[in-house]
Amino acid sequence: MTHTHTLAVQDLTLGYGDRTVIDGLDLVLPAGRITAIVGANACGKSTLLRSMSRLLVPRSGQVLLDGKQVHRMPAKELARTLGLLPQSPIAPEGITVADLVGRGRNPHQRMFSRWSAEDDEAVAAALDATDTASLADRSVDELSGGQRQRVWIAMALAQQTDLLLLDEPTTFLDVSHQVEVLDLLTDLNRSRGTTIVMVLHDLNLAARYADHLIALADGRVHAVGDPHEVLTEDTVQAVFGLSSRVLLDPTSGRPMMLPIGRHNVSVPA
Amino acid sequence: MTLESVQTAVQTGPDAPPLSTAQVVARGRVRRTARRRWVIGVLAALIVLGYAVSLLVGQTFYSPAEVIGVILGQDVPGASFTVGRLRLPRATLAVLAGLCFGLGGVTFQTMLRNPLASPDIIGISSGASAAAAFAIVSLSISGTAVSALAIGAGLGVALLIYTLSFKGGVLGTRLILIGIGIAAMLDSLTAYVLSRAAMWDLQEATRWLTGNLNGVSWAQTVPVLVALVLLAPVLLGQSRNLSMSQLGDDTASALGVRVERSRLILIIAAVGLIAFATAAAGPIAFVAFLAGPIAARIVGPGVSLLVPAALVGALLVLVGDFLGQFAFGTRLPVGVITGVLGAPYLIYLIIRTNRAGGSL
Ligand SMILES: Nc1ncnc2c1ncn2[C@@H]1O[C@H](COP(=O)(O)OP(=O)(O)O)[C@@H](O)[C@H]1O
Ligand SMILES: [Mg+2]
Repeated sequence: MTHTHTLAVQDLTLGYGDRTVIDGLDLVLPAGRITAIVGANACGKSTLLRSMSRLLVPRSGQVLLDGKQVHRMPAKELARTLGLLPQSPIAPEGITVADLVGRGRNPHQRMFSRWSAEDDEAVAAALDATDTASLADRSVDELSGGQRQRVWIAMALAQQTDLLLLDEPTTFLDVSHQVEVLDLLTDLNRSRGTTIVMVLHDLNLAARYADHLIALADGRVHAVGDPHEVLTEDTVQAVFGLSSRVLLDPTSGRPMMLPIGRHNVSVPA
Repeated sequence: MTLESVQTAVQTGPDAPPLSTAQVVARGRVRRTARRRWVIGVLAALIVLGYAVSLLVGQTFYSPAEVIGVILGQDVPGASFTVGRLRLPRATLAVLAGLCFGLGGVTFQTMLRNPLASPDIIGISSGASAAAAFAIVSLSISGTAVSALAIGAGLGVALLIYTLSFKGGVLGTRLILIGIGIAAMLDSLTAYVLSRAAMWDLQEATRWLTGNLNGVSWAQTVPVLVALVLLAPVLLGQSRNLSMSQLGDDTASALGVRVERSRLILIIAAVGLIAFATAAAGPIAFVAFLAGPIAARIVGPGVSLLVPAALVGALLVLVGDFLGQFAFGTRLPVGVITGVLGAPYLIYLIIRTNRAGGSL
């Protein structure tokens, strides 16, 4: 899995009914890197990701994978290259972990083909990578939030795509599980060169883990590039309407944002 | 020894090396599919048994030799009429209609991720039934034209519910409630059609309101067989996509399923099966609704329910019809028996849905 694929968006307009959510967006997602997308609630991050995996047909413009329009590609062919973990995936009642992770093999299987040893190996590798092998026969319903999120990521890994889009993979997790998931995705990126694109809410973790940061506001790109250039006090003000201080994190050297609310503001002595 | 290694030793024998992850994955998969295969075998055997009993037993008992003679086309005094003209088409239609209801029901329940979303609850069967009753009782037409009207009405109801409940892509309890309302309206329409009929016939009336196999002939049975032969393979071909759709549209689509196309095929095939079976036997109460959940209980999670649910449906109709004919002194239509089975489960589900969102 060392193929590098470029995913790009050209003049993309998306919406629901007569509401426009994304308006004339241009983006290039760097191959083999980790990209984080940040933005206020309801600014269209999920909508953008859904369109990139062809769930939503663009009003105008296009999504290009290696120069080919994703909306014209055969569904399974696209799904062997590009994976998406949605914001709130649904687990069927009573399904076991191994079975759910096995669903990730769908794009590699034909309509009536039998399950192959290769499929078992891929599922096993995904379970091992996410440290969920000991849960294989457990029912997904019984897992904790952190375990469940790792299982969903395992399902996306079993898909064995070179590009992986994740919509808020750390939401609902406590801070140590958030870091665990992001470390796992970083391992995947480092060891296999998988291109990772994820929506994150925590700006500090986004700046810490991403090579490339995209800040969306009002359906457009407000700022894009290296986290040092994107995570600034001005961007936070423009994108979230929040005044803040941005400092350098002494451990990682990455920028770090401290929000300033209306209270608890002490005047420097 | 650690607790974990003890557990491994207990499960796999003292000398067995620990299983690799791939072996654990394979073992779980083999267990799931083995259980399903076993269940399918037992259900099929029970259907064969029930079918045989329905042919042999009745007001008069005919020996297996006589029944086989009739099936082979020999002229057996008495049996040729009773078995050949009455019992054989009736038992055959019971099996075929049960298969259709089971398949159609579990398809809708799985696709919409809700056991209440079965075609006989959300008005699709009622639509097919109202159309068939109108065609036969008021317009005096018969044959394929009736089935065509029933399908048209079934698809029409499906489209109507879909349009009325589609709100920003979210289908759910709203769809079920709208469906239940439409079903009630269509049932009263059927009652009206029947009440306006020139000749009031109780058998006809119970057929279109709850389902009845009395007086069934081959003319009604054959179209259902044709529908099953044509449409069941279409559904089975979508089996994997149907299982994937349980993960939600976004995930299924990301895993290479063409969600909209698959849904359209599934709806048309399932409505077709329901409509053909309804045009022949009436909307046999709750068979479509019960077959899937019963099948899910016995095969366990994570496997395709299409075939097990079809077999459960066939068994329900076959046994229900036999009991209705002979167990109560008076002849009850099959729909009354299955209705008595289904009603408590419906109430249970509605109570449960009020607490939390239901799923199959
Ligand atoms: N299926 C849908 N139908 C209609 N509107 C939607 C749908 N999904 C999202 N929206 C609307 O589109 C806007 C962007 O949503 P979304 O992309 O989910 O935002 P984000 O992920 O950035 O929080 C929101 O206003 C939301 O209400
Ligand atoms: Mg979102």
